[in-house]
Amino acid sequence: MSSSLLEVIDLHVWFDLPRGGQVHAVQGVSFGLEAGERFGVVGESGCGKTTTILALMGLLPPTASVAGQVCLDGRNILAGGEDSVRPHRWKDIAMVFQGAMNALNPVKKVGWQIAEPMAFHGVAEGAAARKRTAELLELVGIPAAAADRYPHEFSGGMRQRASIAMALACEPRILLADEPTTALDVMVQAQILELLTRLSDELGLALILVTHDLPVVAQTCERAAVMYAGEIVETGPMDALFHQPQHPYTRLLFAATPDLYGRDAVVSIPGAPPRLDREITGCPFRLRCDVVLDRCAAERPALRPVGLYHQAACHRSGGTHRSDALAEAK
Amino acid sequence: MTGTGEAQARADASAGGGGLAARGPLLEVTDLTAHYPVRRGLTQVLTGRGRRWVHAVDGISFALARGEMMALVGESGCGKTTTVQTILGMVKPTGGAIRLNGADIAGLPEHRMRPLRRTVQMIYQDPYESLDPRFRVRETVEEPMLVHSIGGSRPQRREEIVTALEQAGLTPAEMYLERYPHELSGGQRQRVAIAASLVLSPDLLLADEPVSMLDVSVRAGVLALLDRLRRDADMGILMITHDLSTAAHFADRIAVMYLGRIVEQGPAGQIVRNPQHPYTKALLSVVPKRDPRDRTVPQILTGEAPDPIDVPPGCRFHPRCPVAVDRCSTDDPRLRQPAGVTAADHLAACHLA
Repeated sequence: MSSSLLEVIDLHVWFDLPRGGQVHAVQGVSFGLEAGERFGVVGESGCGKTTTILALMGLLPPTASVAGQVCLDGRNILAGGEDSVRPHRWKDIAMVFQGAMNALNPVKKVGWQIAEPMAFHGVAEGAAARKRTAELLELVGIPAAAADRYPHEFSGGMRQRASIAMALACEPRILLADEPTTALDVMVQAQILELLTRLSDELGLALILVTHDLPVVAQTCERAAVMYAGEIVETGPMDALFHQPQHPYTRLLFAATPDLYGRDAVVSIPGAPPRLDREITGCPFRLRCDVVLDRCAAERPALRPVGLYHQAACHRSGGTHRSDALAEAK
Repeated sequence: MTGTGEAQARADASAGGGGLAARGPLLEVTDLTAHYPVRRGLTQVLTGRGRRWVHAVDGISFALARGEMMALVGESGCGKTTTVQTILGMVKPTGGAIRLNGADIAGLPEHRMRPLRRTVQMIYQDPYESLDPRFRVRETVEEPMLVHSIGGSRPQRREEIVTALEQAGLTPAEMYLERYPHELSGGQRQRVAIAASLVLSPDLLLADEPVSMLDVSVRAGVLALLDRLRRDADMGILMITHDLSTAAHFADRIAVMYLGRIVEQGPAGQIVRNPQHPYTKALLSVVPKRDPRDRTVPQILTGEAPDPIDVPPGCRFHPRCPVAVDRCSTDDPRLRQPAGVTAADHLAACHLA
C-alpha cells in the first residue's frame, strides 16, 4: 500500500465545546486511496464522515484540533499546518460540498466562479482561463455558452454540475464529494453519479464519495468504509460489505435500507450512537448490537483483517458469511 | 386476515353515526385540477399579455380505502405536494372533486373545512421545523385537542396524550412528556408529530416525505409505525415520497406523477415488477440498488422535468420519452388499463402500453 496516492493514518479530530470539554469526532481513522479509485464513506449523521474529509482539505474550523497523518504521494500534508496544506488544496485535492448547488455566489456569473480558483492558484488567466472554463463546462455536460449566466438561471442539477466543474478547475487528482446528490431528484441524482463515474474513469480522478445512502455507494464505488461513532468499523470491497458483512452495524445498515426488489423486512436499529464528548469504553456499537458478547463491554475492538482487503472492528468478525450472521441474529 | 375483519367491523360501527356508506372509499379524488396564475409584471399587464397558468395538478383521479397506504411518487414539480395541499384545503382546487367519506370537500370555505381537519391530518417532512421548540412534548400533543375543543378534562387529556405517545412508539410516555424537541432525536420528533395527529383519531393521514430527513437506522421504525397505524387504527395513509424503494416496501399502491398528471398507478408490486409507462420504467432503472451485483444500466433521461407552465402538447412526457412516436406529440393519452397487466386496477397513460 506504499504506492497509495493518498494515505490517511490514525486521523483524530477533536472539537472544543463552548462550555469546556471536547468532542472526539474522528477517532483514529486510517485508509488508503489509489489513483482513479472510487471509494465510499458511509455512515449516519454525526459519525464523523464529513469531519474526516474536511480534515483532508485542511478546512476544519479553528475550534478543531487534528492529530495523525494525511500523506499525499508519501508526504504528510498536515505536518506544517495550514502552510503545508494550502499548496495542495484545490490543486491536488478538491471538494464538492454538501448542498453545493446552493454554494455558488448568486451575484457572479457561473463562468467567473469557475475561473476564479484558476487565477488564484496560477493555473490559467484571461483568455486561457476562459477557454478552460468552457472546456470544463462541456466536460460536466453544460453548454459552454452558459458561462455567462447566473446561478439562479440554472436548475438544481445544473448548479451541481457547475460546482463539480469548479472543483475540477485546477486539475485535482482527488475529488471529495460530500453528499453530492442528497437534495436532488432521483433522475438528476443518476445523472450526477454517472458524471462522477465518467470523470473518474476518463480523467483518472480518485473519488471519495461521502454519503448516508448505501445504495448510492453500492452503485458507484468499488470499495467503501462504514463509519460509526468517529471510527471506521468496517472497510472492504463493496461486494464483500454487502454479501459478507463482518460488522453487525454494516449488516444492520443494509437491512435498514429498503431495496426496490428486496423481499426481506426492513429493520430499524434500536438506540442511538454513543456521545462523543466522553471516553467510549468497549465497542461503541455494543448497546445497539444484536450479537453482543461479554467481551464487547470491556474491550474496544480494533480494525483487523477479516478477508482480502477487508477489515472489521468486531470481536466476532472473521469468516462468518452473511447468511450465518443472519441466522445467528435470529 | 383477522386484522382486516376487525378493522371492517370498526369501520361499520363508526360509520353508523354519520350515515355514510362504510364500504365506499375513504378518499376519492376525481379529475382534480389546481392551477395557479403566474404573477405578471406591470409591463405585462399594460401590454395586455394574457395571464399564464401553472398547471400544478391537471386532472388526476384516484381512490384510497381505509387501512390502505398509497404512495405518490414523482420528481419535484410533478404536483404531488399540491395534490396533498388541495386535500388539506390549503390550496383551492380549480376543478374536480375530493370526496372524504362520500362528502365533497373540494374548495370548502374555512369555517366548514375546520371540523373536517380533525379527520385529515398531516405529517411533515422535517420534524426539526414542524414542532414548536418552546413546547414540551406534552403541550405539542395536547394542542390539537385544545384547538378542536375535545379531549375532556385535563386528566382525561393527559390520558389521551399518554395513549397517543405510546401508540406512536414512545414508551414509557412519562419519559417523554416533559421534554422539549431539542432533547429528542429526529426519529423521536417525527413520532411526537405523529402522536399529535393521533389524538384527533383521524381517518386520513397525509405524510409528505415522512422519513427523508431521518437517519437510515430509524427510518424503518417510523415507516413500520405508519404501517401498523393504518391497520390497527383503520386509517388511510397517503404518502408522498421520491423514494421508490420505500414506496415499494411499505405502500399497497403507487401512483406515479409527471407534470401534474398520474401517468401510472396500480398495486405496488405490479408497478415495480411490471411497469407499463416509459417514465415509470426510467424512474425504476435509476433507483440505486443495495447489492453491488445488481448494477443495471440506468436509463437516464436527459434534462429535468419541464416547468408546468408550458406543458407540452400531446403526451406531456413525449419530449423526454425514449420510445415516443409521432402520435405522442399530438394525442394526449388517457389513463387506461394496458393489455400487458394482470391487475385490474393497474392503469397507465401511454399510447404504446
